Amino acid sequence: MALANLQTFEDISTESIVITKTDSKLYLSFIYVAIISLFLGGLMGLLQVLVRTGEFTLPFGIGYYQILTFHGVVLALVLTTFFIIGFQFALMGKTVGISEKQRKFAWLAFWVMTIGTSMTAVTILIGKANVLYTFYAPLKAHPLFYIGLALVVVGTWIAAIVNWRQLFVWKKQIPNQKSPLLAFMVTINMIMWVIASLGVAVAVLVQFIPWSLGFAETINVLLSRTLFWYFGHPLVYFWLLPAYMAWYAIIPKIIGGKLFSDSLARLSFILFLFFSIPVGFHHQLTEPGIDPTWKFIQVVLTFMVIIPSLMTAFSMFATFEITGRKKGHKGLFGWFKNLPWQDVRFFAPFVGMLAFIPGGIGGIINASHQMNTVVHNTIWVTGHFHLTVATTVLLTFFGIAYWLIPHLTGRKLTRKIHRLGIYQTVVWAIGMTIMSGAMHIQGLLGGPRRSSYSEYGGSEQAVDWGAYQMAQAVGGTILFIGIILMVYIFIYLVFFAPEGNEEFPIAEEENHAPATPKWMENWKLWIGITIALILFAYTIPVVDIIQNAPPGSPPFDAIIGN
Amino acid sequence: MHLHKLEKWWLILGVSALIIFLIVLGFGAFYMGTHPQSHGLTIDPNNVEANEAFQQENLGLTKVDEDHYIVNVVASAFNYDLGVDEDGNSVSHIKIPKGASVLFQVVTTDVIHGFNIAGTNVNMMVEPGYVSSMEVQMNNVGEFTLLCNEYCGVGHHMMFTTVEVYE
Ligand SMILES: [Cu+2]
Repeated sequence: MALANLQTFEDISTESIVITKTDSKLYLSFIYVAIISLFLGGLMGLLQVLVRTGEFTLPFGIGYYQILTFHGVVLALVLTTFFIIGFQFALMGKTVGISEKQRKFAWLAFWVMTIGTSMTAVTILIGKANVLYTFYAPLKAHPLFYIGLALVVVGTWIAAIVNWRQLFVWKKQIPNQKSPLLAFMVTINMIMWVIASLGVAVAVLVQFIPWSLGFAETINVLLSRTLFWYFGHPLVYFWLLPAYMAWYAIIPKIIGGKLFSDSLARLSFILFLFFSIPVGFHHQLTEPGIDPTWKFIQVVLTFMVIIPSLMTAFSMFATFEITGRKKGHKGLFGWFKNLPWQDVRFFAPFVGMLAFIPGGIGGIINASHQMNTVVHNTIWVTGHFHLTVATTVLLTFFGIAYWLIPHLTGRKLTRKIHRLGIYQTVVWAIGMTIMSGAMHIQGLLGGPRRSSYSEYGGSEQAVDWGAYQMAQAVGGTILFIGIILMVYIFIYLVFFAPEGNEEFPIAEEENHAPATPKWMENWKLWIGITIALILFAYTIPVVDIIQNAPPGSPPFDAIIGN
Repeated sequence: MHLHKLEKWWLILGVSALIIFLIVLGFGAFYMGTHPQSHGLTIDPNNVEANEAFQQENLGLTKVDEDHYIVNVVASAFNYDLGVDEDGNSVSHIKIPKGASVLFQVVTTDVIHGFNIAGTNVNMMVEPGYVSSMEVQMNNVGEFTLLCNEYCGVGHHMMFTTVEVYE
């Protein structure tokens, strides 16, 4: 047993796989949907900050909560998911390859997701689903809203199965070789995603769809929320882990270095798998009907996820320093000064990393049990996730797009685009500092999130909040300029950049790097521990919620304007 | 697996800080009773009056004894029902003396609402089927906006009232 544990993988380097034109088309399709989503969702964001100044009213009878729903669904669910699935397919294709049959199923995943997205988007645009992207019962949207969302999730499951199959087939061909780091990471992320999305799938399929169609008269509200947040927190790690993939395994190559530690990267992903899911109660801390001891237990589990984040932070800066010193940069900070600041593939994700410092601290505050009461449902929370997902994750995704799109379209990332991309990143950082900063402060002063412009009867507090809402409009407008720049860059890279070869940067290990232990790929063990932790954190409180349930709720749709 | 010496220290430092944070939170929650609102009492959302506290005559502010008050509220889109005054007009402003201990009990008859006295620690989710309940000492003087901070429909941002804490 002890001996088996010490076994390590042989290290046979495999030649890199070339991505064909046919494969590129698949990966790019996902990214095109993401770009369109960025523009439309961003436009709605701009309209929201303008409405909240009190100086601007939406034309054509469009409702504030309609554009808020569109903004949330299209950016938080569609943009992220399409970019991630496309990026992950590209990573798998590059590291373990894709067969013709797998490609067909990948296309099926794309179309199922796209049809689902269109159904949901249409119900929102015709004003039949003003329920925000969390769609809390007993607000009732049009049934097609839920059916569309279910299709998006089913599409991602097809993608997950294809990804797992890709790695499985590769492993069978080269049995004693460790799986490529990026393929390992994609596999972990998709395991986490599938286990987590089972929660929302059960809520949508068993609770929402029958109830919205009138087959079930009432819905158990607290159960639906618990299932939603069982999914809703791992959702944010599903966004974050692809960014970590780039940080661990791609950025080192871009700055001319090597992997810091293959095993450490894998271990941090395994820890993310364990501690992303059994933590949803930290979104439900001020909720009635859930025992506070179970809330606290999930708070403790939430904090565990800080450990792999600390490991990631260390690895990043260690890579930067080791690379700089190897290149001969002297002094305490010579390595830092000489990082490739002119390279947008590095610069954009680096700014994203910086945003994760206040973003992570804010997250710790939010999850801190009783401290959550101070900020819960205030616009502080909105400020928080605009730092994490809309800056850390998004700037890293932009950083990926700068090389991934030209690599797939057979074009060059030009000097001009490098420079424009750096301006874009700076514009984003400025806009977000203003908008998110103002949101954080207004939230601490009690300003609510998810609320249209209101003077609250002319109260003094509302007057104070007004100033910060003005600042958010300034920041939001700057961010929208950032979106226009980015959309221009995307279009240029897809259609107009000069033809050529752009590298698919994947970092290699150091020559004498310690071998990766075999237990790292004990999938059954990792999935087993994950499920054990989920059962521990959720069984008793969920049984309690079901057994002690109050009378269920009928649907309410008149109050959302239906 | 090999860990760099500095990385070990970094992780020891980080994890120690984490443990201290959690001990502070746990001490506050379990020893000092600062758990977030987690009331477990259920109620029929179609018949909240079955609970005496939410009968029309018991809504709003009630003085229990010196420095001790109860505020019962029925939330619905897009209004907080705080009962009626002597003239039969609905109450939209309550006044509480500074330092008083106030028990807030809130239910909803329709969808989920928020219950936040902005700028104070009174912040609860109000969900159909449950009584949300929280006792606090109102120590800061001023006029506060009591508002709904969970989206509840097209008039969500018009759902508010005011709470005054006086010297
Ligand atoms: Cu409300």
